[in-house]
Amino acid sequence: MIKKFLLSISIIWLIFTNLYAETEMTGAGATFPFPLYSKMFDEYYKTYGVKVNYQSIGSGGGIRQLKSKTVDFAGSDAFLTDEQLKEFDDEILHIPTCLGAVVITYNLDIQDLKFTPEIIADIFLGKITKWNDEKIIKVNQDKNLPNMSITVVRRSDGSGTTFVFTDYLSKVSNQWREKVGRGTSVNWPIGLGGKGNEGVSGLVRQIPGAIGYVELTYALQNNLPVGIIQNRSGKFIKPTIESITLASNVKLPEDMRISITDTENKDGYPISSFTYILVYKNLKKSNEKMTYEKAKGVADLLWWMTHQGQKYTKPLSYAPLGIQAVENAEKMLKKLHFDGKILLK
Amino acid sequence: MINTEKVYKKIIGIGGVIIIGLLLSIFITLFLNSLPTIKKFGFKFLINKTWDPVFENFGALPFIIGTILTSIISLIISVPFSLSLSLFIGEYYRDTFISKVFETFIEIIAVIPSVIFGLWGLFYLAPIIRSLQLKFSLPPTGVSIFTASLILSIMIIPYATSIGKEVIKLVPIDLKEAAFSFGATRYEVVKKIIFPYARSGIFAGFLLSFGRAIGETMAVTMVIGNSNFLTFNILKSGNTIASIIANEFTEAVETLHLTSLIELGLILFLITFIINFFAHFFVIKRKIIEI
Repeated sequence: MIKKFLLSISIIWLIFTNLYAETEMTGAGATFPFPLYSKMFDEYYKTYGVKVNYQSIGSGGGIRQLKSKTVDFAGSDAFLTDEQLKEFDDEILHIPTCLGAVVITYNLDIQDLKFTPEIIADIFLGKITKWNDEKIIKVNQDKNLPNMSITVVRRSDGSGTTFVFTDYLSKVSNQWREKVGRGTSVNWPIGLGGKGNEGVSGLVRQIPGAIGYVELTYALQNNLPVGIIQNRSGKFIKPTIESITLASNVKLPEDMRISITDTENKDGYPISSFTYILVYKNLKKSNEKMTYEKAKGVADLLWWMTHQGQKYTKPLSYAPLGIQAVENAEKMLKKLHFDGKILLK
Repeated sequence: MINTEKVYKKIIGIGGVIIIGLLLSIFITLFLNSLPTIKKFGFKFLINKTWDPVFENFGALPFIIGTILTSIISLIISVPFSLSLSLFIGEYYRDTFISKVFETFIEIIAVIPSVIFGLWGLFYLAPIIRSLQLKFSLPPTGVSIFTASLILSIMIIPYATSIGKEVIKLVPIDLKEAAFSFGATRYEVVKKIIFPYARSGIFAGFLLSFGRAIGETMAVTMVIGNSNFLTFNILKSGNTIASIIANEFTEAVETLHLTSLIELGLILFLITFIINFFAHFFVIKRKIIEI
């Protein structure tokens, strides 16, 4: 009796897992684009009946899973360095899917506070400790800045947001580059750590005079006060979806591995970045279960995400790809193949 | 005909061996995966107070100190409460309606998800700590080692209490009645009969709650401030081993970063192991023999 029961259960289980294994694509990685991806994949399922299972376990985890060949694609906020690419046994493509930005948020009763790159670096290095510091007053003449201590709040968990922010600081401040550097977690000179965007904004909201950084999507959805930042051309830019897409309007390399923080575009918001989906150029290399049909499915999905899927970015406060980024993505997608068979025409 | 007695014995034996094997394999996995860090830093890993993932300089000292500080302080705070609660439920108001109410509420504390404790700590406890920090002219952050210890002490009270009350209930009634018949007061019975008899069990309860405090992650990470600096000032923010692992593991890409986090896990494993080991062989055993 029990034997029969167990047998039938295992048969049912086998049937189901096999059914899913054939129709379902799996990806894992970055948490930042997760709300967008789940919306996109949901719409894709409704239109084409193809299921995509994406686990937002963090970029690091996604990259590890792609390397150990347990997923079909990985999501990552940062592009892989040459060194990291060498650890893979085949070529990896970086397909951009959307743009995000990191914004400065603070707890002061002042709207639209202006920041220069130097001020931001000095605050996070612990060199500026009061809100009425000369440097801050100089660019905010019209505001009444209080004599209050600045409490720095940053992410305690490793995150792509931290990578983008420290990448920006490394570009605008020599001292930052030498002392702290860029990474998903860094050795912060000062400050408190909050877990996730909600942790950082929770601490900022609670501590008078606190300053922190969060993703733009999170700041917009929660109506947090955001800082206006001076970009490379000297213009003060408010973080908006448009100014972020503009930040990517620079000369882009064909493999799209570029950091667009501190952008050269004169109307671009300086702390913006691409987020990517990473795939093997030869999709057969992804894992043992990969078939031609499934590889075609992955290629179709990526094409859809960089084209029709882009319309879901703005409602969720993500910035859509610019024209040049889409063109570069197209070029790369057309190179995707399955053991030599090109997947997209 | 199957010899049920033998089969039964075997099943129990296998179960035990599996658990010990599991423990060993966890240890071996942690050890093997942290080898690159052990080779690179050696013993210095334990006394280095820098944690720098960018320049790959890793040290565990701030986290070891943070873990030990939070768990010891929380234990100290929780002991008077859990001890008096155990006595209240297990002796003074034993099997009454009011003690049933107390028991239910304490059990509810044990099942509240730790993230809720964290939120409560962040929004209710932190402002109180902030006013305390202002008195000592420290940065008014609200989150600190002390905030984390307070949250932990509330979280671990149910563990010590539920074991404490059970062992207090187990004290033989004739022993107590004999003492009463000699004219002993309630207090004297508690002090001279119940405590010596139930001591090892009560102590085991404290140990269990101490273990819980060492490993707690979510609630701690929300209220400790997560700064990776070495500090002994409990009103400043710090970090614990469990909390840094939870924070950085998902995005640790570089090999050395990952293996350092795993070695931290190994250290946490060893700390709990050593504490339990010593407790069992030197404290609990000896006290039983004394009786």
